Amino acid sequence: MSILVYVENAGGSFKKSAFEVLSYARAIADQNNNTLTALSIGDVDSAQLKTLAQYGADKILTVTNDKLKNFVNQAYASVIAEVAKSEGGTIVVLSNSFSGRGLAPRIGVKLKAGVADGAVALPTQIDGKFIVKKTAFSGKAFAMVELTSANKIISLTPNAYKITEHVKPGQIEEFNATLNEPDFKAMLKEIVQAADKVPLPEAEIIVSGGRGLKGPENWGMLEELAEVLGAALACSKPVSDAGWRPHSEHVGQTGIAVSPNLYIAVGISGAIQHLAGVSSSKTIVVINKDPDAPFFKVADYGIVGDAFEVVPKLITAIKNYKKAA
Amino acid sequence: MKVLVCISNVPDTTTKITFTNNNTQFNTSGVQFILNPYDEIALARAVELTEGNGGTVTVINVGEASTEPTIRKALAVGATDAIRINALPQDAWFVASQIANYVKQNPFDLILTGRESIDYNGSKVAGMLGELLDIPSVSIIKKIEIEDSNAVVEREIEGGKEILTVPLPIVAGCAEGVTEPKIPNMRGIMSARTKPLTVIEPVTVETNSVIVGYETPAPRGLVKLVAADKPDQLVELLHDEASVI
Repeated sequence: MSILVYVENAGGSFKKSAFEVLSYARAIADQNNNTLTALSIGDVDSAQLKTLAQYGADKILTVTNDKLKNFVNQAYASVIAEVAKSEGGTIVVLSNSFSGRGLAPRIGVKLKAGVADGAVALPTQIDGKFIVKKTAFSGKAFAMVELTSANKIISLTPNAYKITEHVKPGQIEEFNATLNEPDFKAMLKEIVQAADKVPLPEAEIIVSGGRGLKGPENWGMLEELAEVLGAALACSKPVSDAGWRPHSEHVGQTGIAVSPNLYIAVGISGAIQHLAGVSSSKTIVVINKDPDAPFFKVADYGIVGDAFEVVPKLITAIKNYKKAA
Repeated sequence: MKVLVCISNVPDTTTKITFTNNNTQFNTSGVQFILNPYDEIALARAVELTEGNGGTVTVINVGEASTEPTIRKALAVGATDAIRINALPQDAWFVASQIANYVKQNPFDLILTGRESIDYNGSKVAGMLGELLDIPSVSIIKKIEIEDSNAVVEREIEGGKEILTVPLPIVAGCAEGVTEPKIPNMRGIMSARTKPLTVIEPVTVETNSVIVGYETPAPRGLVKLVAADKPDQLVELLHDEASVI
């Protein structure tokens, strides 16, 4: 028996989420005295592949093929399931990323496995029961899901598990996967990647703006605050509904749920739907001129004041701090 | 074109979530149930794609009789007819298996779901359906157009998007951006009462997961307030105390 972890790459480099799932899967392997096999699909050079050994991969399998250069949901799911079967992998771990959400259910059906999506902690294994804690009610709660099938799939919430070094031999082997023509029906036309942007679900610091900013023309100072902090930008639902910012930045119950180390909310009152999406942030800072804004009740730090005065001062303070550091 | 939209019945977004029975059951007392907001988007897009071209939109729900007001709302928004599979939805595998069983006997050109339900947030039914029906699935789309016998979809990825052409039939999970939800008008509400809602019995499916308990997020301590003219104090706290910068 072994644990299989699928590690995503972007343009040949492993993403942060890859090291998170690897660290997480290593811990599960240790719980069960299993070996951990990491699977990479697409073109990744051996130096990159070797980094997987640092975070606990006993064995590193690489599947390369011209047809697998870019992500193809069905084909990738087939490869992962085939490797799981061939390696005797009964637990498959992957990231609950946008691609991971497409893969996990298909692999689940192929392996007749229960799927714990959006895991936030290591599984607990008591009396033969395998229970995974996952987000539920869009961040308002957690559900403890017992996977009752022999095979199990866990997709890990980004930013939920700390990357841990754990050096293993990490022997690299090519895996010759079977490619099935019907798996390649979806044709990729174009990838549009915003340059230099920190993807919201992976961001460690997020600067978010609400209606209190009065209009899209006032986002300049938030962009600057995000830049000095190396943060990603987000917004509340009314802001994206009004078209001030794109939907991809909407954080909340019907947008993206995030779990950064630091979430800075500017001019957001804190409706229950917004709080749901940010409740698993480690530290929350709220800047709002209304001292009764509900967001203050769930914040760690707050400034009651006019955003248009506070934010520029905060930017200066951070710049000074960075200069001194 | 025949479109199927899979809908679920979920607690309203303003619901304060609590549990009973030693935190093993969701407390539905006083909770208002609504059509899952992402499914509303899927439904609105299905109506747009079939309007004026002789297409039909069928909505399907796996649920007990209590979900019928939500199904009627979907009919009021513009679905042609509705199917309710008479069972308590147990897990995503159970739900996807029920729907797949129906679709195998009643094929569709396009199947839309919401990107996830706002109660269990699984994002699984679309992918499982695709696998069970052996057709492509695209989870979390921001846009969908139909061109001849293909769907052109935009899929969200970290920090960007992918544009794909996929031959129909496909399953796609709709997110914000696909279109705006539609509010039913009076004519829609009136006609919804007489549109066909067929109830069918479930097939036997063995589930492979079960929820054994719930937790609510640990409450945070009291907020520490910093004076508006002393943002350097906030920077200090974020560095020294919270260790996040």
